[in-house]
Amino acid sequence: MKVLVAVKRVIDYNVKVRVKSDRSDVDLANVKMALNPFCEIAVEEAVRLKEAGTAAEVVAVSIGSKACQEQLRTALALGADRAIQVDAPDQLDSLSVARILQKVAEEESADLILLGKQAIDSDNNQTGQMLAALMDRPQATFASEVVVEGETLKVTREIDGGLQTLSLKLPAVVTTDLRLNEPRYASLPNIMKAKKKPLEVKTPEELGAQLAGGVQLLGVEPPAERQAGIKVSSVEELVDKLRNEAKVVA
Amino acid sequence: MSILIISEHDNQSLKPVTLNLVTAAQQIGGDIDLLVAGENAQAVAEAAAAIPGVRKVILADSAAYAHQLAENVSKLVVELANGYSHILAPGTTTGKNIAPRVAALLGVNQLSDIISVEAADTFKRPIYAGNAIATVKSADAVKVMTVRGTAFDAAAATGGSAAIERCDSVHQHNDVSFVGEALAKSDRPELTAASVVVSGGRGMGNGDNFELLNKVADKLGAAVGASRAAVDAGFVPNDMQVGQTGKMVAPELYIAVGISGAIQHLAGMKDSKVIVAINKDEEAPIFQVADYGLVGDLFEAVPELESRL
Repeated sequence: MKVLVAVKRVIDYNVKVRVKSDRSDVDLANVKMALNPFCEIAVEEAVRLKEAGTAAEVVAVSIGSKACQEQLRTALALGADRAIQVDAPDQLDSLSVARILQKVAEEESADLILLGKQAIDSDNNQTGQMLAALMDRPQATFASEVVVEGETLKVTREIDGGLQTLSLKLPAVVTTDLRLNEPRYASLPNIMKAKKKPLEVKTPEELGAQLAGGVQLLGVEPPAERQAGIKVSSVEELVDKLRNEAKVVA
Repeated sequence: MSILIISEHDNQSLKPVTLNLVTAAQQIGGDIDLLVAGENAQAVAEAAAAIPGVRKVILADSAAYAHQLAENVSKLVVELANGYSHILAPGTTTGKNIAPRVAALLGVNQLSDIISVEAADTFKRPIYAGNAIATVKSADAVKVMTVRGTAFDAAAATGGSAAIERCDSVHQHNDVSFVGEALAKSDRPELTAASVVVSGGRGMGNGDNFELLNKVADKLGAAVGASRAAVDAGFVPNDMQVGQTGKMVAPELYIAVGISGAIQHLAGMKDSKVIVAINKDEEAPIFQVADYGLVGDLFEAVPELESRL
């Protein structure tokens, strides 16, 4: 089985994002960037499938400017076999990304395509579903467990009311939720080895992918700040305030 | 303009989030139709038809739609899409599973989790876990979007009498099937629909101590939630998690007990109307968003709270 893992370069999740003073966008200048945490989980899952002998090859792909090669090297250090950078503008829209991934998946004849459920910058939670639709293949989003049974996947998904289990025939698209696995740290020898693994650069034109667009960012603002209220000195005072001031309990 | 809303339901009852979507649709303006795709979902369609302001309800009743599989429902929506300027789905795990598939099949982008309607083509949505709010404008012929229910008031549930139209199209993807589900059973209201939520964090110490919160919740008719720290520590199951990677809630009253207030958690509850924090650390960030803060030992404060309610 061949596994394709899509990864995205995003702001490090520990960095507090700030809005630019002209409110045109968020300020990403000189900000630490990293592999999107959900994508990291996708890479880990793919590597575990390879270690279990289920996956024959793991290919990591990222779409963006040359900078995203850094995250591809991270994926290679975590255990992916080779990488593809599709050279395109950063912050491409989800449909364009899905169309590019579709072409890559076709070229690679991937059996399983793993993605994070969402990127922590745009918070869209769309790309995996769009890719599955374009390929007319089944999807299992928000996966917390993936079991391969021959040509079939049994995937447990985290849904609002609890857990749901689906059976999918390959090829299929799976997007990862937080509890699917705990990603490893790349060891120094593996980081060194990753530098020698193959990394190919392609363009959307070469792949024959048509970019979409359609959505324009008009501006970005900081969220409304909530004002801190008061400290109460006792439970008695708290209950009194809730009853008589806020009027939220009877 | 006309708007199609993908209803949220469990084949038996219409979920309240659908009413929030009706309000969002009214703000966009135009005729509003509701799709009920399910199996033996007649009662759901009747509830949908009773919402004032709805033009018609489309009921697609088939085993193929019993579990809201995205592969099947998305094709149904695409078949029905002609003539609609907007297609709205709830920002639930079901809506998020279906809407992007619909958009891709229609060849358009999708807007996720909108929190306000600025114009029929312009919307606000949170990005970076709610640390920034983006205003986006869509030039796509049909605007496919998911809506964050808590950002819109619920429309009235009764008083209308829309016609129910049946749609007999069955879309069944052969390569996916439903195996089973394990839904958390509780006599308490659902987290995202409750008007009062009592949540516990790492400060609860262990899962057994959540019984203290359950007792308060029983008195208030509240749902019980948890922070990611409490879930990761194994105190309670994942479906209780409130936060960026869990559930978004905005009740009338949110009581945070032993929760420090990580950004991740605040993102999921800061739209609550009244926030109460009980924490022994007076420097905890939760106090910066709390209307009423009580610094103290939760193991003394919570039982006292219960006895005084």
